[in-house]
Amino acid sequence: MAEKLLEVKNLCVSFKTRKGVVRAVNNLSFSINHGEVLGIVGESGSGKSVSMSAVMGLIKDENAEITGEVFFNGEDLLKKSDEELRAIRGKDIAMVFQDPMTALTPVYTIGWHIREQLQLHSDISDKDAKARAIELLEEVGIPDPEKRVDQYPHEFSGGMRQRAIIAMALSLNPKLLIADEPTTALDVTIQAQILDLLERLRKTYNSSIIIITHDMGVVSELSSEVLVMYAGRMVERSTKSSLFANPQHPYTKGLMNSVPRVDRARTSRLETISGQPASLLNLPSGCAFRNRCPSAHAACTEQPTFISDSNGYGAACFLLTEGVRS
Amino acid sequence: MTRFVIKRLAAAVFVLVSISILVFLIFFATPGVDPAARIAGRNADQLTLQQVRATFDLDKPLHIRYVSMMKHLFIDRDLTSYVNRGAEVLPQLTQAIPATLSLVFGAAIIWLLLGLILGITAAGMRKSWVDPAIGIIGIIGVSLPVYWLGEVVNLITQGRLHATLFRWVPPLGYVPFTESPGGWFLALLFPWLTLSLLYAGIYIRVIRSEIVSLMQEDFIKTERAKGAGEKRILIKHASRMSLITVVSLFGLDFGALVGGSALLTEVVFGIQGVGRLTFTALQNFDLPLIMATVMYAAFFIVIANAIVDLVYAWIDPRVRRG
Repeated sequence: MAEKLLEVKNLCVSFKTRKGVVRAVNNLSFSINHGEVLGIVGESGSGKSVSMSAVMGLIKDENAEITGEVFFNGEDLLKKSDEELRAIRGKDIAMVFQDPMTALTPVYTIGWHIREQLQLHSDISDKDAKARAIELLEEVGIPDPEKRVDQYPHEFSGGMRQRAIIAMALSLNPKLLIADEPTTALDVTIQAQILDLLERLRKTYNSSIIIITHDMGVVSELSSEVLVMYAGRMVERSTKSSLFANPQHPYTKGLMNSVPRVDRARTSRLETISGQPASLLNLPSGCAFRNRCPSAHAACTEQPTFISDSNGYGAACFLLTEGVRS
Repeated sequence: MTRFVIKRLAAAVFVLVSISILVFLIFFATPGVDPAARIAGRNADQLTLQQVRATFDLDKPLHIRYVSMMKHLFIDRDLTSYVNRGAEVLPQLTQAIPATLSLVFGAAIIWLLLGLILGITAAGMRKSWVDPAIGIIGIIGVSLPVYWLGEVVNLITQGRLHATLFRWVPPLGYVPFTESPGGWFLALLFPWLTLSLLYAGIYIRVIRSEIVSLMQEDFIKTERAKGAGEKRILIKHASRMSLITVVSLFGLDFGALVGGSALLTEVVFGIQGVGRLTFTALQNFDLPLIMATVMYAAFFIVIANAIVDLVYAWIDPRVRRG
């Protein structure tokens, strides 16, 4: 088997606060191969963004405690100094954030931003960098790139800005692109275009993509594998097709049922997952989802182990073990 | 950008004309008050009153009076003070303007430099002892009243130590730059430092807090993800963005100071500036002089603000539109 591009093992992130310790990410383990797309799904506060920030070394809070191992190309990122990480950020691992409206410094032109990204990691002249920026803008589908390159972020629409940010992120041909809810702040019509763009660029550049989202639609468009998180833990991991066809964990089932579907008869109101997301300050004992779970039973007061097959696919739920037993 | 400049300058001219009309109306059209009696001063005789009425066309309609007044102020420049027995107003003003401008310009450079250097340093070293130390310097600067600090400075540099350590400090007063650039500099050095300390204190605090809040913005997160170093992020991004706030604050402070707010510093250091001139004019009820200084102050505040808006557009592309 080829070496994994990114392998996260037992990643834990916790924050000390005045009210107690917030366990934002708990024992997260996953991996991604070259050229793959992994979707990380979960509601707000499930730890999906925090875990990616931890991977990138972007958590600056002195109250944060990060343990575990993050192997990127065989090297543990968590053991690296800030200086060493900086050489990797932007070059080998690039990131695209949720809100394109605020993600660029307003006083610099789009071209300036791309040039900065190029010059942070390579010795490229201003002139060449600008030419490359124009090329990149053209590639992500921005019309009239020679003119647009000298425009400021406020002169771009949201979708155009996100395209420009993607162009910037891909400018150094990174091995991994982490997209943190890249379409959430955009119009629905633009969302599909951005997802198409990501997919097209993945094929051209052969980058791996981790896409963080709470939108099952985004997952279905893009991912080959899906990881579902709840309250800082991975509750299910599966291929996209089997996840949609046969979700294992009750939380995943709940997520699926709360998406409107055209292939099902409209019999009743759309289902929701009852209750509130678990508070990370005060997690229930055992399975964090048990207070909202329709199948909860006595065993759930213990923490279920993640039961997986040889591919690492599986779920953390007692229903599976009991299913196996019966 | 050119269109923005033209529009902004046209707006400034409009404001200036409006101010001149307003000031004129306040002085010459307040109901129930005889402007002639005011201009002539207390207990003026009939002859003087007649003379005043004739020079200011006070028996003519309002708009002619306005035109005549502006002519005296800006074209013939022969407005005379009756209280001061025929002293011409404008020469006094043209003597006071360079003194005030020198004082405020020099102080502004010092406080901007101090504010930026210390403010950025404090924000950048938020987790060490440097930040609170700079914070204390800022508070001291803000809390020392200018007149008190000025007197203390005078006591030290002009008092007993003047014979030894501070022999090089010239006596109080203003030395025109054209007369002796060195003398001009030495005479203004302590007034500059005194005046700038207060503003440096304010600017350090404003710049620091502005940068600290900017460091939480999304675009800073993007920069970190791009692999930019913390120093680069602090200087190129957060500090650059904080200039937008600094410029708008500076425009107000600078305009007000040039327009006469430097009075206390001028009095303490014996500088015959605009603030002091206005103050004397008000004490003597010297109406032509008051009018001239008010017009002058308004003029400088409007000009300063127009310049600030242009600088603002230059440093923030978002306001250039329109």
